[in-house]
Amino acid sequence: MRTMMLAVASLALLAGTAFADEQAIKLKPGPGLDKVEGNCGACHTLAYIPMNSVYLSRAAWTAEVTKMIKAFGAPIDDADAKTIIEYLSKNYGS
Amino acid sequence: MISRRHLLQSAGAAGAAALLPSLARAQSAATMLTPGVPNGIAGYAVMGKLPGKQPLIQLADRPPNYEAPLEYFRTPITPNDKFFVRYHLADIPEVKAETYKIKVDGDGASTPFELTLDDLKKMPAVEIVAVNQCSGNRRGLSTPHVPGVEWGYGAMGCAKWKGVRLKDVLAKAGVKKETIEVAFNGADGPVFDKTPDFIKSVPVWRAMDESTIIAYEMNGEQLPHFNGFPARLVVPGWTGTYWMKHLIHVDVRTTPQGGFWMKPAYRLPVGEFPLRDRFISQEDATSTPITEIVVNSLITSHRDGAKVKPGKVTVSGLAWDGGYGIRTVEVSTDGGKTWASANLGEDLGKYAFRPWSFDVHARRGKTTVMVNAINVIGQSQVSKLLFNGAGYHNNVMQSITLSA
Repeated sequence: MRTMMLAVASLALLAGTAFADEQAIKLKPGPGLDKVEGNCGACHTLAYIPMNSVYLSRAAWTAEVTKMIKAFGAPIDDADAKTIIEYLSKNYGS
Repeated sequence: MISRRHLLQSAGAAGAAALLPSLARAQSAATMLTPGVPNGIAGYAVMGKLPGKQPLIQLADRPPNYEAPLEYFRTPITPNDKFFVRYHLADIPEVKAETYKIKVDGDGASTPFELTLDDLKKMPAVEIVAVNQCSGNRRGLSTPHVPGVEWGYGAMGCAKWKGVRLKDVLAKAGVKKETIEVAFNGADGPVFDKTPDFIKSVPVWRAMDESTIIAYEMNGEQLPHFNGFPARLVVPGWTGTYWMKHLIHVDVRTTPQGGFWMKPAYRLPVGEFPLRDRFISQEDATSTPITEIVVNSLITSHRDGAKVKPGKVTVSGLAWDGGYGIRTVEVSTDGGKTWASANLGEDLGKYAFRPWSFDVHARRGKTTVMVNAINVIGQSQVSKLLFNGAGYHNNVMQSITLSA
């Protein structure tokens, strides 16, 4: 059991997917999903998205993404930020 | 930046959880959620198993945010392995007791120094039973929805904390008379170095209060890793945001701490909630830091919709407040028209959960049970949410339906 657990963890690291064993969050497919996974997922679990849906409006998702960049220093460029807001509003917006 | 060591640790922990049958875990979590939290949660949440913990509702694993299901609140002391877990930032080192140190300095300290865990344990020890409740507990019940960690009832717990009075530690630092705040940092930090580190500050009068301690024991044991090992700040009566885990820095200040987590985070609109003790150095024209826990209660013997036999049913639960103490818990079975006093249980101190119980006569069909706590200074719970943008201080009277 223990050996198997270690093997699972090592494989994940070798494959470069350090978070592979984390909470399994399957977000809806759609344009921009890769940007969401790559940017948002760098600092925190993607669970925050379904946790706060469908309740957030486009304005509220915009405010969240802006907060991540301005207050939390997330290195997301303007083009990616737009794509992320678009994806969240469309798939997880009210 | 991301540390590989921390990743390895969290990958190991999550790997263990991944081997459990995931479907069963997801189903059990859905039945454990608080009624009224956003329905997106039921779609992914599982009963997560952190090392050293019983299963907790896993709202988020990175950073770890796990709440206790209602059933864990049937005793006034919450066992360590059932105590909720809350972090803002995901880089959480495993702190070693042998090398652990707290640095005490700042422009308000005449004689800066460092403390080891052994140093702490050699100082006079005190014990206090106190509720640690997240500021955003019940945020998930806010209407309209507010963004954040969507907690139900379970981002709280009550423990017997043992440690050293902060004022005794500060006495060694030679606190200057110009000191206005004391700020705290823990060993955990952000994944990206540009993200503001989680630092919290309290006014000097609160730091000097007899009840404020640096705790190294929780319910007679060392602190669990996920509750702040080796030592954390305990600020009885104030919300969990000030209870710095893995405490490594005490900053004695002659100026207000100006970080993100003091402002704009953790703020309430000025005047919305009653406050005895204000945090003047952090107030501005429109907002003030959240401080005291508001009076609150919870039915823990039954979930909403529970099936019971007609006749006498004992309903029980907990009540708590910001440290004035609970005077009365009252129960209504007619939607709030008339109220009767519940029996109060063991008094573990004014900062503790106060157990209560009440015998309800359940009619065939449905019986609603509403509960309201009133504290020693006459503050009561509210019947309608006092809305604020961060979803803090939700102390709306709880109402459940029993079916007989």
